[in-house]
Amino acid sequence: MDTINIIGAGLAGLSAAVTLAENGVSSRLISSQPSERSQSVLAEGGINAALDLMGEQDSPALHFEDTMKGGVYLADPEAVRNLTENAPRIVRKLAALGVPFQTENGQMIQRYFGGQKKRRTAYAKTGTGKMLMTALTDYARKFEADGLIHRLHHHDFVKADIRDGILRGVYVRDRYTEETALHSGPAIACAGGLNGFFPGRTTGTTQNTGHVQAVLFSQGVRMANLEFIQYHPTTFGISGKRCLVSEAARGEGGRLCVLRGGEKWYFMEELYPELGNLMPRDVVSREMYRVVRRPDCGDQVFLDMTALDPSVWRTKLSDLREECMHYLRIDPASALLPVEPGIHYFMGGIDVDARHRTSLPGLYAAGECACQYHGANRLGGNSMLGAVFGGETAARDLLDGGFDGGCLSLSTGCLSPTSVSLSTGCLSPISAEKLSSFLCSALGILRTEEGIRQSLEGVGEMLRDEALTEDFRARLLLGEAMLRSASARRESRGAHTREDYPERDDRAFRKTTLAECRDGSVTISFRDLP
Amino acid sequence: MIYQFEISRTKHGDRTSRLQRIRWETADESATVASALTGMNADPDLRDENGEAVGHIFWECSCLQKKCGACAMRINGVPRLACDTPLSSLGKKPIRLEPLKKFPVIADLMTDRQIMFDNLREMKIWLDRECSQTEDRDGVAFEASRCLQCGCCLEVCPNFLPGGSFTGTAACVPASRIIAEMESPAQTELGCLYRKRIYEGCGKSLSCRNICPAGIDIDKLLVHSNATAVWNKSVHSPGKMLH
Repeated sequence: MDTINIIGAGLAGLSAAVTLAENGVSSRLISSQPSERSQSVLAEGGINAALDLMGEQDSPALHFEDTMKGGVYLADPEAVRNLTENAPRIVRKLAALGVPFQTENGQMIQRYFGGQKKRRTAYAKTGTGKMLMTALTDYARKFEADGLIHRLHHHDFVKADIRDGILRGVYVRDRYTEETALHSGPAIACAGGLNGFFPGRTTGTTQNTGHVQAVLFSQGVRMANLEFIQYHPTTFGISGKRCLVSEAARGEGGRLCVLRGGEKWYFMEELYPELGNLMPRDVVSREMYRVVRRPDCGDQVFLDMTALDPSVWRTKLSDLREECMHYLRIDPASALLPVEPGIHYFMGGIDVDARHRTSLPGLYAAGECACQYHGANRLGGNSMLGAVFGGETAARDLLDGGFDGGCLSLSTGCLSPTSVSLSTGCLSPISAEKLSSFLCSALGILRTEEGIRQSLEGVGEMLRDEALTEDFRARLLLGEAMLRSASARRESRGAHTREDYPERDDRAFRKTTLAECRDGSVTISFRDLP
Repeated sequence: MIYQFEISRTKHGDRTSRLQRIRWETADESATVASALTGMNADPDLRDENGEAVGHIFWECSCLQKKCGACAMRINGVPRLACDTPLSSLGKKPIRLEPLKKFPVIADLMTDRQIMFDNLREMKIWLDRECSQTEDRDGVAFEASRCLQCGCCLEVCPNFLPGGSFTGTAACVPASRIIAEMESPAQTELGCLYRKRIYEGCGKSLSCRNICPAGIDIDKLLVHSNATAVWNKSVHSPGKMLH
C-alpha cells in the first residue's frame, strides 16, 4: 500500500500512524511542529469509557445515550455506537502504553464529568492530554526507528493534489527551507480545530489555524455543522489567549455562583437540580451568559472550590491549583475564581461518515477537524476519545481497502516528492483580526439573524477585494460558510442558540448542516441523519 | 508601557546575525515576551530605531501557556519560554531576545531542535512490552511524562554539546518513565544506553535543575533511574511493593 499522508501529529494523527504501523503500513506524519507542541497536550480533564470501575452499573449503552443526548441528537448514531463500544478497549490500551491514570489502592478510578450521571472519565490529575501524548509519542517512536513512521516536522500543508475527483497527494512546505514538495498517496487530515479563525479568543493553540480546513473547503471538500462552536463555561483570559479551568474542577465538587443581594447564589444547582454544575457545557455557558445580565445579579460568575477536601487538591487537582495561582494569583482552595465562557471546541468541521471518509475520495479526516461524534455539543472527556478512535478508524478503513479500492490506482502514478514553487501568501494579522471580529459578533453564545446578516455583509465586502491571496480567500469562504450555516439553522439546539428561534425544531432541523464551495460560492443544505 | 527590545535577526539560510533595536508599546500589564512578538508581527508598519522596516520576526509558539515548549529562546541571556516571561519582570534595561545557542538557527529566534528527537530515538525510549503496572509508583511516570522537549535544560548544561554522545536531561527525563516500568533495567539495552549516554556524561552540575519551565523534579527522576539502571537497586516508597 502507498505511504499514507497524515496531516497533524496530535492525538488523532498519532493514533492513525500507529494503527497503520501496527499493520505494517508506512505513513508520513506531517506537522508544523512536533507532537509535543500539539493542541492535544493541552487536553486536561480526562477520557471517557464505560469501564464501570466505580460500581455504578455503567455500560457503553449508557455512554452512547449520554453522548447522543449531550449532542442534542445530532450526532451519527452508528458512529457514536462504535465510539462508545470501543472506548473501554482504547482506555485499556492507553493504560498498557503506560499512561499513568489515577488509581486508588492499585485500581484505576474515574471521575464525574459534565452531562454524565456515571463516573466514567479516566484521568491523570488535570494533565491527561499530556500523559496520553507522551505515551503515544513514545509508542510511535518505535515505529519511527523501524522506518514505518516518517516524521516531517516543521512542514505545513499547502493544498491537496486533486485529479479526476480523487485526492492523489498533498503539497507540503518545509518551514525551515521554505521549499514545497508533493507527496503522493491518500491523506488523513488531523489538523485540529478552527481556533485560527478566532485568534486570541480560544483556549487552543496558535498552530490550529484552520488553514487545512479552509484550503480543502475551497478545493471542494464538504464541511458539516460549522455553526456549532463550544463555549467552555470556565475559562479566564491570559495574555494572548483564554486559559481553561478544567471541567474536572466541577467534577470534583466545584460550584458555579454569582453574587445576588450580596449572597452567593449557586444558580446551576437551583435551575438544574439533577446534574447542577455538571450539566452539558452548552447549557452551563448559556445560563452563565444569562445570569450576569439579570438586574438582581452581579456581572461576574465565580467558581467556588473553597469547600473541596484538601486531599482532592493534593492528589487530583494540584496542577489546576498551581495554574490559577500562577496566572491569577488566586488560590482556588481559599478564594472564589472568576470565570467566563470561552471558545474551546469546534463540533463541526470536515464532513465524514462513520468510517471517517470525506466527500473527496482518498481523503479522510479525524479528530477535531472532522465533524463526528459530538453533534450539537461535545461532552467533556469525549474529545480525546474521539481523536484516538477517529484516527484509528480512518487508518483501519484504509487498511481494509479504503474508498472502494480507489487508492489502489494511486500507486501507478508518476508522482514523487518534487520541489515545486507555490505561492500561498502570508496571512495578514490585520485581515485575520477583521474576519475574526465579524465571526465573533455573529457567532457568540446567543445569535440573531440580524447579527449574522451584518457579519455576512462584512465578509462579503472583504471577499470583493481583488488583491486577496489564495489562502485568505479560502479562509473568508470558510468564514462565510460558518455564518451561512448559523443563518440557515433557524432553531436553537446545543451550542447554537438563536434568540429569534428559541425552540428546538426536530422536524425541520434534526439534520446535518452541509456547506460546500463551488466556483467560489458557498451553498448550504441539510442532510437527514443516517 | 513602552519596552525596548534587542532582537537577534538572522535570515533563512544565512549564518550571520545582527541585533535589531525595536521599541514596542502595550497597555496590557500582563504582556509577555510572546505577546510582544505576536504584537510586533501584527504591525506591518513597525520600524526599528533606525527607521528600518522590521518585517516578520521568525519564532515558534503554540500553546502560549507553558505547556508545549515551542517558544524557548534566550531572554536576557537565560533560556526561557517566551509565553512564560512577563515583560514587567524583566526590569528597565532593553530586553535582549536571542535564539537558543546549542541548536542550529533557522531564522531569527527559530532553531532546529531535531537533535533532541534523534537522541530519543537513538536511546530507544519506548516500552518494549505492555505496561503491567496499574499504579504510578511514586509518581515517576506522571513527572517524567511532563517533559516539553523545549531544550532549556540542554542550553544551560556544561556537558551537552550537539553531536556529542551525552544526551542530557531532555533524554534522561523521558527515559525515566520507561526505566520505571522495567523489572531489571540495568540488564536492558536502554539501561546500557542510559549508563553510557546519560549517567557517564553527566558532570552533576545540575544546572538543569532550576531552569526547567515545567518545574520537573529532576532530582527525583535521576535518583530513581540511577538506582535501578546503574546500581541495579530498587527505589520505592515504603509500603509500595514491586509488582
